[in-house]
Amino acid sequence: MIRSTHLPLLVTLGTFVLAYALCAYDYPSMLSTRVVANLLTDNAFLGIAAVGMTFVILSGGIDLSIGSVIAFTGVFLAVILRDTSIHPLAAFMLVLILTTAFGAAMGALIHYLEMPPFIVTLAGMFLARGAAYVLSTESVPITHEFYDVLQGLYWKDPSGGRFRLIGGIMVLTFLVGILVAHRTRFGQNVYALGGGGQTAKLMGLPLASTTIRIYAISGGLAGLSGIVFSLYTSAGYSLATVGVELDAIAAVVIGGTLLTGGYGFVAGTFFGILIMGLIQTYIVFDGTLSSWWTKIVIGGLLFAFIVLQKGLTWATQARRRTATGSAAAS
Amino acid sequence: MAHDIPPVLHATGISKFFPGTIALDDVELRLEAGEVHALLGENGAGKSTLIKCLTGAYQRDGGTIRLSGHEVAPQSTAESQKLGIGTVYQEVNLLPNLTVAENLYLGRQPMRWGLVDRRRMNAMARDALAGYGLDIDPAEPLTAYSVAIQQVVAIARAVEMSGKVLILDEPTASLDRDEVQLLFGVIRQLKARGLAVVFITHFLDQVFEISDRATVLRNGRVVGTRLLSEVSQKDVVTLMLGRQLEAQVHERKAASAGAKLIEIDGLGKRGMLEPLSLALREGEVVGLAGLLGSGRTETANLIFGAVQADQGRMLLRGREITVGNPREAVRHRFALCPEDRKTEGIVGDLSVRDNIILARQAAQGWVRPIPRAEVNEIAERYVRALDIRLASLDMPIRLLSGGNQQKALLARWLATNPDFLILDEPTRGIDVGAHAEIIALIEQLRADGMALLVASSELEELVAYSTRVIVLRDRRQVRELTGAEITPDNIVRAIADDDGREVA
Repeated sequence: MIRSTHLPLLVTLGTFVLAYALCAYDYPSMLSTRVVANLLTDNAFLGIAAVGMTFVILSGGIDLSIGSVIAFTGVFLAVILRDTSIHPLAAFMLVLILTTAFGAAMGALIHYLEMPPFIVTLAGMFLARGAAYVLSTESVPITHEFYDVLQGLYWKDPSGGRFRLIGGIMVLTFLVGILVAHRTRFGQNVYALGGGGQTAKLMGLPLASTTIRIYAISGGLAGLSGIVFSLYTSAGYSLATVGVELDAIAAVVIGGTLLTGGYGFVAGTFFGILIMGLIQTYIVFDGTLSSWWTKIVIGGLLFAFIVLQKGLTWATQARRRTATGSAAAS
Repeated sequence: MAHDIPPVLHATGISKFFPGTIALDDVELRLEAGEVHALLGENGAGKSTLIKCLTGAYQRDGGTIRLSGHEVAPQSTAESQKLGIGTVYQEVNLLPNLTVAENLYLGRQPMRWGLVDRRRMNAMARDALAGYGLDIDPAEPLTAYSVAIQQVVAIARAVEMSGKVLILDEPTASLDRDEVQLLFGVIRQLKARGLAVVFITHFLDQVFEISDRATVLRNGRVVGTRLLSEVSQKDVVTLMLGRQLEAQVHERKAASAGAKLIEIDGLGKRGMLEPLSLALREGEVVGLAGLLGSGRTETANLIFGAVQADQGRMLLRGREITVGNPREAVRHRFALCPEDRKTEGIVGDLSVRDNIILARQAAQGWVRPIPRAEVNEIAERYVRALDIRLASLDMPIRLLSGGNQQKALLARWLATNPDFLILDEPTRGIDVGAHAEIIALIEQLRADGMALLVASSELEELVAYSTRVIVLRDRRQVRELTGAEITPDNIVRAIADDDGREVA
């Protein structure tokens, strides 16, 4: 059944299909699995971070720290693998624990000090970026044979597309994210928090643990995104991924999630990521367009989606008014 | 009443202190199974404080609460819900972005393999709601349904979760007559199931219709618990106020109407209000009567310019004026006290003083601040004149009781020295005592030569102070009553008129 709350998701899907059709019309080779595979690989780190951002925005918050956390993770891994002999898997575990705890700490501050998420995560953004600089100001290459193994893992489609590990991790993250958002109590609590914190509290919801877990997830997924980014670039650089949080927010909004929280879908964010990736790919195919056109198109899309959301809000309010009126008369 | 089985809930010696005041003093409340128990009292008598102590929203400073004989000490609303005390508030406390079923089972969803079983949840919700006589699709968003239905969903949630005591805090305030009956049907059913229901409301008729007993609070103390079948409304009001109510309907003074102040000629807006004509003299109170949604508030908003009219004109002292927005209205010395004081009136976190001075300062322009001493003088004068009860002028206005907030709001507009004051439901949601004071105040303002337009759903009240009454129906002016014609009966007849609709 199609409900009005599903409409933004459908619009996102429609936009994606339309955009892909336009691309394929101009460059039929964009239909190849190679392009699809690269789309997944190139956007893997952004996609993973955007899943965490979706939870945060669904709860009515924002997390500005994830770009810095991704960079910190990369530098941390590069430095620890250069200077010590611990296995990358252990390093991964370590950095995931660190970033999750970092997110949880921000969530705790937001809840217990009743601070706006914007300010707390802004502080987190500077902290994580600063910590990355402290570890190393230069780009540190990662040369570990385990990295080569991981980077060499891919499934080759008969027609030539290479579906790499990191793309798979992103798809898996999205699947788990969808399940958590829609089919667990925690997921329902996230929506409830976005629908109204005070009301959720009166309904007996565990606000503290929900808020802390939301930002812990966002931090942890930023850590995972950082691992994926280090696999993607084979290096750690403290100046990398500046502003990725804004790309993630854009993907979430284009994916149909309401910035004020409470309405949206994790699956929408997936298509938001793909739409953004598609624009980039088109510009690469074209070759004559400046890459800044990506930003312009994304900007335009964002405006379109914000207007769409406002329109939908008005539409539902109008519908609600008539519904109330008819119920009163009956 | 069987006294050999312990009451469902027995609170004794409940005390609660706030800085400077005793909110509750040795309060006892005893709820038997299968009774509807009304909790009555003026605003500020301690009803909500008591409820908050019972539900764990506040920590009590003394006393014990026994639930089915066992002592409990809930630390949070979540804990009291688990113990068996559920609460439903006036504003529906459910989440608009979730579906009916999600709201009903939030926090205790049926699980399968560690995941929420949505199919079973929807089926359970449908069954549960069918038990309340609601046949709705629980997979629809909550906002697809009317406030009354949302209210029943909230009750269903509270009962399903708690199941011993259900506290209804002004549940009928925003419902119309049919919806109230829907709700009462549900309450009767719960009563039959053996729940103890606490019912809080300002509508005494409803109290007598649905409740078995009533506990009356005054100034934080219990002044009596009565079996309602044995007492009259007047007895209860007397208990609440602690003094015999003076005759509420004053002898109306001869209309000493002065010069014609304002003339409204065919003012209207398509789809909102049919053209309306009306003339007001100084020293005249014109009442606006009509059912909910008949266009009372719309009329007030159009005249004040809060909504732009698309036809008609207005004359002020014979000169045509345009009122495109409230700013211009204030310049013409109009004032509007809106209906919904929580969202349209008070600024909750500002002090009482700042709230009172707001409109006066705005009229003067922000670049010319009113001197502090003058601000204090104005605020104090109106606090005294209107008998606003507060601890200090510096306290945030949201801490005042409803009636005092309403009076502070009135003070805000009186401070602008208006010639023409529009009051929209000035007595909604306030207690009987403040009620009489506001009516007396309207009378006073009229005698001082102000022109007033008062929209109200309380007919006796309109009859008490109006020199003329305009009756609206379906956003149309249908009748004007003057002088001796103004009786509740006549108003009701004008509202109902020939379409045979049952009103009173």
